Amino acid sequence: MTNRNLILTAVAKNQPEYQEIPDIPAENNIETETLQSFKQVLSDIGGTALEAKDIAELKVLIQTFFPESSRKVSTMQILSDIVDTDLSSDFPHDFEDVDVAILEGHFGVAENGAVWITEDKMGQRILPFICQHLVLIIHKDEVCATMQQAYAKVGTADYGFGTFIAGPSKTADIEQSLVLGAHGPKSLLVLILS
Amino acid sequence: MKVGLFIPCYIDQFYPDAAIATLQLLQKLGVDVTYPLNQTCCGQPMANSGFEHLTAGCEALFIQNFADFDYIVSPSGSCTLHLKEHLHSDHAPKTALDIRTKLYELTEFLTDVLEVKTLLARFPHRVGMHQACHGQRGLKLSQMSELVAEPFSKPQYLLDMVDGIEMVELTRPDECCGFGGTFCVAEEAVSVKMGKDRIADHVSHGAEFITSTDISCLMHLEGLLKRNGSKVKVKYIAEILNAS
Amino acid sequence: MEKSKGTHAELAEQFNKDQSRVDWHDETLFWIRNKRDKAAGKIPEWEALREQASAIKNNVLSNLHTYLEDFEKRALKNGIQVHWAVDAAAHNQIVLDILKQHEITEMIKSKSMLTEECQLNEFLAVNGVDVIDTDLGERIVQLAKEPPSHIVLPCIHKKKEEIGELFYKHLGTAKGESDPQVLTAAARVHLRQAFITRRAALTGVNFAVAETGEFVVCTNEGNADMGAHLSEVHIAAMGIEKIIPERKHLGVFLRLLTRSATGQPITTYSSHFKKPRPGQQMHIILVDNGRSTQLGRPDFRNSLKCIRCGACMNTCPVYRRSGGHSYHNAISGPIGAILAPNLNMEKHTDLPFASTLCGSCTYVCPVKIDIHTQLYKWRQVIVKKGFADPAKAAAMKGMEFTLSSPARYRAAGKTGKWILKHVPVMVNNRLNAWYKHREMPAVPITSFRDWYIKNHKHD
Repeated sequence: MTNRNLILTAVAKNQPEYQEIPDIPAENNIETETLQSFKQVLSDIGGTALEAKDIAELKVLIQTFFPESSRKVSTMQILSDIVDTDLSSDFPHDFEDVDVAILEGHFGVAENGAVWITEDKMGQRILPFICQHLVLIIHKDEVCATMQQAYAKVGTADYGFGTFIAGPSKTADIEQSLVLGAHGPKSLLVLILS
Repeated sequence: MKVGLFIPCYIDQFYPDAAIATLQLLQKLGVDVTYPLNQTCCGQPMANSGFEHLTAGCEALFIQNFADFDYIVSPSGSCTLHLKEHLHSDHAPKTALDIRTKLYELTEFLTDVLEVKTLLARFPHRVGMHQACHGQRGLKLSQMSELVAEPFSKPQYLLDMVDGIEMVELTRPDECCGFGGTFCVAEEAVSVKMGKDRIADHVSHGAEFITSTDISCLMHLEGLLKRNGSKVKVKYIAEILNAS
Repeated sequence: MEKSKGTHAELAEQFNKDQSRVDWHDETLFWIRNKRDKAAGKIPEWEALREQASAIKNNVLSNLHTYLEDFEKRALKNGIQVHWAVDAAAHNQIVLDILKQHEITEMIKSKSMLTEECQLNEFLAVNGVDVIDTDLGERIVQLAKEPPSHIVLPCIHKKKEEIGELFYKHLGTAKGESDPQVLTAAARVHLRQAFITRRAALTGVNFAVAETGEFVVCTNEGNADMGAHLSEVHIAAMGIEKIIPERKHLGVFLRLLTRSATGQPITTYSSHFKKPRPGQQMHIILVDNGRSTQLGRPDFRNSLKCIRCGACMNTCPVYRRSGGHSYHNAISGPIGAILAPNLNMEKHTDLPFASTLCGSCTYVCPVKIDIHTQLYKWRQVIVKKGFADPAKAAAMKGMEFTLSSPARYRAAGKTGKWILKHVPVMVNNRLNAWYKHREMPAVPITSFRDWYIKNHKHD
């Protein structure tokens, strides 16, 4: 018998009587001040959230935050006048020297400061991880309260890769001292567009 | 209401004063309480060591001694919990299950059955409450810090009726003392360290006495306190609730 | 990898030789337990969430066969290659075969307790494959040639000065440097080199979704993503119990996982891998290694609900004061103590006894595993299977003989000696274990029974 059949046979034999999947209540605790708490939680976990009323202000913020950065890239064509938007490459390794990546997220989650982003918005899967600093852009109306709501928004979307990003890369493995910038971005800026 | 008093073996032998206080407190509150003379042990020391199959004798004896009471009250949360979870009988399965529902640890009997509202007791000392795990997490005598839930404490509700008592706050209000039955000898090093750490918490907050709903924890802590020449004493909760 | 030798009690005794270190270890972990309490306390529906997570996992265990088939079908459709491994050896061989196919002799790996369980690194080393662990904590214990001591905080037992010394030796940091900022920065440079140059990456799996054929990997550091997205070959290894029915159930588990683990609201990255990147190969290995056996043990099967948050370790007063290595098993602490006897009972007879049965583990567990009840039940199984120490078994029989008879109990009580030796604590044959650091209880003038007869007999 193959490993597959051995396992499946043993599991079928040993699994207990069927128990129903519970209903997951859509929401038991909807926060009203989602945007405010998103900003607060993100700041608590080492990120920064700022609001921008339009694209022009957003560009100013990016340039204020990263005036000297060597390589700034983005998947957003609208930013092509301030950053490099040509991300075509067969090799993810080509992005090793990216200083700042500016990507558009789908939405934010207030309870944990996370932003959901899928592959189609990344250009390259590696980009939000390999850059030194990450900027995520979400729309003001796209902030939900909890993770249950978040998955309701994700729904049955088909993606190759998607991730929730909550704050900069971090570690506390050495004596529980928090250090930002373990392997991924040392900082995360979330720009919230009105 | 006929109440049977279950005094676990080690309390009978080592802590008669705690048992006497329990009995007197119940009598003071007008309870018709009897101590069946042929009782021994709940069987927990064997069961917790993996020898549950050797407890049938103790269990038969327990059933024989206590089947006829309306309530069975004990000054030990741990022994009470063990019986409530495990008491069984091949000969009289229904009786065994019935007894489980009639078993009460002393403080919960006072708050839940007698619904005591006042006590005539005076104990003008600084006291630290050691939350015994089996009473707290097992019998739900008080809310545990692990859960996101409303706090409550049956023992504290009673201690608040005692005149002159001053309770001390602890840094870790419900950490295990490390007694753990045979754990205290099988894992001697960790057991002792846990006990020392519990004591340090009480001492650093100025406790003169450490009290608890379980005397086994207190026996362990007392052993450490005495060895280290500490002035801090242990006092079973009934001895405080019955103090004048 | 140097495995600890000795029983839990012996290793714990060694650990306790340095009391200030025990205090440091205990306080660090209790601080994390407190952070967990704070994070959970911010979620008013916390207890309802635990109940939901537990019920979802109960459903998974009752329908695992179907979910595994569903997952396989969808993963294949998504372009992921699916492998099945009955045991550790089969798992390790599959990894090696994949690497050989691509002529790869250097791999990077993010955190996977399963590969610790299978001792993959040791196997690959023998077969000429070099593995670099990329989680900082795991890299540190790897450099120290030690196993992780905690499933979430692999080097929680190590002081920063010791880590500084390791980095001085292996990564060329300055002698005496122990600042976590500086050491982490050095590791970042060192590991980036590995990420950039190595062609294969192995990751663990936190959740795999039957409905979609995707799997989720959670890290704070981003090391799983750095490895996976730069690699030609991504291998994900998972225990078969990691399946959950639907994507929306992630909403429940991701709310619980990191709050329980470290008190963070969520890990920095919760990455959903559904299809390989164009040009990349993605493999998933579904590993049994005793899990289907555990599934067949009604008293113990719900240990398979574990989502590896480590909350039971952080709260365990014994773990905090004995250290992870004292459990001599890949997974330590209370959860390790109920998982280990399933795989090898004889080797782990001591673990279910390394607990006071205080119950704290059961109530911090985000999926409501009745850990302390299972510890009690394993004790019964271990004794019944004949693994009890003969001296202890004899003592227990003696105790039963005395306590099952009121007359014998009274006779024993009169001499006062038997009871001191046997009831209820000194049954272990190391008679001096109590007395080493504790005074014996004073023998009173009279037993309660005698007092009662004298004072109440005629009431």
